[in-house]
Amino acid sequence: MLRTLPLLLAASLALLSCSRETQVDRANREGILLIGNSGEPKALDPQLVTGVLESKIIGALMEGLVADDPKSDDALPPGAALSWEHNEEMTEWTFHLRPDGKWSDGTPVTASDYVFSYQRMLHPEFIAPYVEMLYFIDQAEAYNKGEITDFSKVGVRAEDDFTLKLRLREPVPYLPSLTRHYTWFAVPRHVILIHGKMTDRFTPWSLPGNFVGNGPFRLKSWQFHKAIEVDRNPHYWDKDNVGLNGIRFLPIENPYTEARAFFSGQLHSTYTLPSDFIDSVAEDKPQFLRQEPYVGTIFIRLNTTRKGLDDPRVRRALSMAIDRQSITDHVLEGYFPATSLTPKMGQYEPDKVLGFDPEGARKLLAEAGYPEGRDFPRFSILISRPAARASTEAIQAMWRKHLNIIVDIQNKDWGSYITAQQTLDYDIASAGWIGDYLDPTTFLMIWTKGNGNNNTGWSNAEYEKLLDDAAHQADNASRLEIFRKAERMLMAEQPIIPTAFYSRNYLHRPEVKGWYPLLLDNHPYKSIRLEP
Amino acid sequence: MFRNLIQRLLQGLVVLLVLFTITFFLVKAMPYGPFQQEKAVPEHIRAKVNAYYGLDQPIYVQYFKRLTNFIKGDPGLSLRLEGRPVTEIISQAFPTSLQLGISAMTVALCVGIPLGTLAAARKNSLIDFGSMALAMIGICLPAFVIGPVLAEFFGQRLKLLPAVGWEPADPRTWILPAVTLGLGTAAYLSRLTRAGMLETLSQDFVRTAKAKGVPGGRILVRHCLRGGLIPAVAYIGPAFAGLISGSVVIETVFQLPGLGQHFIKAIETSDEPVILACVMLYGTLIIIANFVTDLVSLWLNPRLRTR
Amino acid sequence: MSTAAVNPSAPAVIEKGSSLWADAWRRLSKNRAAMISLFLLAAIFLSCLILPAIPGFLSDPGAQNLEMKNFPPSKEHYFGTDHLGRDLFSRIFYGGRVSIMVGLITTFVSVSIGITWGAISGYVGGRLDALMMRIVDILYALPFLVIVILLGAVLTPQTEKLTEFTVKLFAGSADTASVNEMRTTIEPFTTLVPLFIAIGALSWLTISRIVRAQVQSVAKLEFVEAARSLGLSHSRILFRQILPNTLGPIIVYTTLTIPGVMLFEATLSFLGLGVKPPNSSWGILIEEGANRMLSNPRLLLFPALFFSTTLFALNFLGDGLRDALDPKSSKD
Repeated sequence: MLRTLPLLLAASLALLSCSRETQVDRANREGILLIGNSGEPKALDPQLVTGVLESKIIGALMEGLVADDPKSDDALPPGAALSWEHNEEMTEWTFHLRPDGKWSDGTPVTASDYVFSYQRMLHPEFIAPYVEMLYFIDQAEAYNKGEITDFSKVGVRAEDDFTLKLRLREPVPYLPSLTRHYTWFAVPRHVILIHGKMTDRFTPWSLPGNFVGNGPFRLKSWQFHKAIEVDRNPHYWDKDNVGLNGIRFLPIENPYTEARAFFSGQLHSTYTLPSDFIDSVAEDKPQFLRQEPYVGTIFIRLNTTRKGLDDPRVRRALSMAIDRQSITDHVLEGYFPATSLTPKMGQYEPDKVLGFDPEGARKLLAEAGYPEGRDFPRFSILISRPAARASTEAIQAMWRKHLNIIVDIQNKDWGSYITAQQTLDYDIASAGWIGDYLDPTTFLMIWTKGNGNNNTGWSNAEYEKLLDDAAHQADNASRLEIFRKAERMLMAEQPIIPTAFYSRNYLHRPEVKGWYPLLLDNHPYKSIRLEP
Repeated sequence: MFRNLIQRLLQGLVVLLVLFTITFFLVKAMPYGPFQQEKAVPEHIRAKVNAYYGLDQPIYVQYFKRLTNFIKGDPGLSLRLEGRPVTEIISQAFPTSLQLGISAMTVALCVGIPLGTLAAARKNSLIDFGSMALAMIGICLPAFVIGPVLAEFFGQRLKLLPAVGWEPADPRTWILPAVTLGLGTAAYLSRLTRAGMLETLSQDFVRTAKAKGVPGGRILVRHCLRGGLIPAVAYIGPAFAGLISGSVVIETVFQLPGLGQHFIKAIETSDEPVILACVMLYGTLIIIANFVTDLVSLWLNPRLRTR
Repeated sequence: MSTAAVNPSAPAVIEKGSSLWADAWRRLSKNRAAMISLFLLAAIFLSCLILPAIPGFLSDPGAQNLEMKNFPPSKEHYFGTDHLGRDLFSRIFYGGRVSIMVGLITTFVSVSIGITWGAISGYVGGRLDALMMRIVDILYALPFLVIVILLGAVLTPQTEKLTEFTVKLFAGSADTASVNEMRTTIEPFTTLVPLFIAIGALSWLTISRIVRAQVQSVAKLEFVEAARSLGLSHSRILFRQILPNTLGPIIVYTTLTIPGVMLFEATLSFLGLGVKPPNSSWGILIEEGANRMLSNPRLLLFPALFFSTTLFALNFLGDGLRDALDPKSSKD
């Protein structure tokens, strides 16, 4: 062993000394985009996943009825559907599929594929985790809950091969935007049925070699914790306008590792950038830094069934004692102080009701029976990721300083963290939410009774009435006005304390063209070009 | 010898059975079940999913089912990466972990044992202090510190080696992870070798040999290395099994597709089939490693054979 | 291989028995490196123990000043401030209390079990040895993280009760503020000590294998045979004759275990089982510093400095101890 060591060393030095092009150089030559994707997807079947990182890959492999626009959040370019229209009440929609729309194996995409897809997703035995996204369809919920068994009663119908009719349970003016979410995508019936019954979960149809989609790219390979590769789909209707030959998604979980991969030429674009790097990158390598608004909010979830936290005055006091500006200036750099729960999206902007008012906070706390924080119960803030630690410590210190109350911080592994919240076995928890589509309902619906993400023990009939009113309001402006009212009410009750609005902070190479800031961060890959 | 082997084999099987049983019930006792998702899954859906995977049956039924399937060589489907066979996950990840473990062990052996021997031979000399300092670096600066430093320096600044990633065919990608992982083991090895050597050096037969005028280097290699390596060898066995079975820190710092990440994720999501498969794999490695260690100790220490 | 022995030195040891420790101290005190280490260790340990207890000497380790984050060392903050504007100097001393306590307790538990287990296994041999070593194999392969998560789930309610009880014991009927204060001080001890005793009770495996291997090799040496023929009892032979001859590797492994445990505590705290923020430990400071080493290298440098000084000193002291306790060591 010892004798071969010098040889090995010499050999490795020889290998080192020959200069090689970086992976980015090579990828530029080959037309392949390298992007960080923060983790291993659970699966690629759009009807079985719930995550954001899965949506990034599915977005390359499949296309919704309406496509994403590279530059604008509001534009609704045609996707699998060429055009669409609706009745005046916005409850009946007709989508005209493009006749040249094909699956990646050459089979045409038809309206009956959509009917099959929505039946599969809604079928009670299929157990789709994110099925509520389709509850907007008339009778969908009843079918999913087994109250009716005849799918023809559900508001989905293929009038002919290329005409899809949807009947909704309420007016949904933002339906086109909704169909861009992967739960509304069509799945290939002819492939799924080869690998099992319609209701079989996680069959191999969505694995490399089998996967068939209608998007600009095809699934080429999937190596755990290494990469998922996609390449051009020769049957895509708009294949001539696809600028990339392929994309490689790297599931790099550790943001510091991801930053190193970027700076050593192994990535075109990262998923995120640690807050504490932002200043130094802005100074030394500003050409790589991207900071863009995003529809997400970091908030503190309160268990309103705990004594003390059941009093809205206490909850408001806790909120008013947080100096959000200071947190986003010094701890969560690059994020923005939250002014309400929902970040500005499109025409919706809630009232800026949250602010820093330690004096008022102390007064409220005293009114609630805890003057000077006396006899305030000792609560714990639940956190899971080390990344949440610093900002939670800052809040802990602010509450101590301004309200004279001591709270603990309780770290938990991810499984226990999730379980504790879902079983209301916690006091306070640090959490976040990323919007699924550009409508305030994606934030406001959570806080209704029985919603799986509520987990605060809080519900309010009046609040739900407002949301219901809004749901039956076809006029968008008055609809948004009702939402504003509902949100004011939510912020007065404060079962959750928003602290900061997310922003997308990431590293990005300038040679990637056609990648513009988007609120939902779903960049249509087909319009991206590599121009080194 | 042959009898010994058969005996150890049988013992090994018993160990694996006990290991399987304890692990199975430990996982069942965990404070959370599988299928946790960030966006909550409604209770009736979770119940259905549990039924789909047979997790609603009585625990003992599940246990015997899982056990017979394992014996048949079918560890089942992952509950986290639903639908993916455990065998696929392990067979993708294990080669990387094996390769990394072997290269890290090579680093550890090449650095640790010579350094420890030299340190013992030149006790309280500069070499001794130097090796101690190196060992301390290996221990004080754990992988999550040394890994990023090495990657930053060699990968990002000098651009000599890839900072991130792993290619089975490209040895350049092995170097930084192997050094990072091997350094800690090297530190233990060098300290243990030094201690073992000193222990042997003070034995009577060495003094006799010295008194007889046998040259120092020869004493060291011919007489002492055998006895001196005993503690190090006892450490190497389990350490090697540990290195092979994957290290989550190294894997996340360098983004390696190894077993460690699967194992940790499986635990976070209470993914029982994957946990069991990883534990059984590790158990097998431990049994083999400790058996080989015992054989090597026997060879190093002929007196034991008289038992 | 020449193993011809002249004069087994063992009987001499037996005679010396009672003055072993006195002799050892005499030898140790002549070892300069070991004495400096001892002094350093005492200094670090005592200051971690005493400095936080002096009211007003160290600034509050949890007090933040976000405007003053990542400040360089100054008169007010000897080591500068951290990423939340807290005084790093005082965080290191407060954190050291936890780390040292955890390191010593766990190591003591694990080393005592490991030595006993390995020594019995190696000395008795045969079937008992096989059984004991197979148990070690099983414990090696059990998923440690799962056990720790379970331990946390089982122990946490109990330790919380212990905390309540201790707080009541000391605070009596004091007002809320000082009870809270008291709880913050006491909590690390009442929650960590039981946990780390449990962890120590699970992490004696490697040391037991090392001890076993050493015992096996020493048990066949001439002086042990001689002791046996003198009719000494097994336990006397094992603990008086054999173990002292295996001390070197044991001491080395022990000194290496302490830092390992200290760092493991940081890992555990991310599972919610270590110290609770804003309290800290050297392990956590190092881990947090490692993440921020590009934006503020001091956050890694200073804790690592204390950590490695302790480790160096422990090792020199360990080496010195080994030499001092070695019954056969002469002045070569």
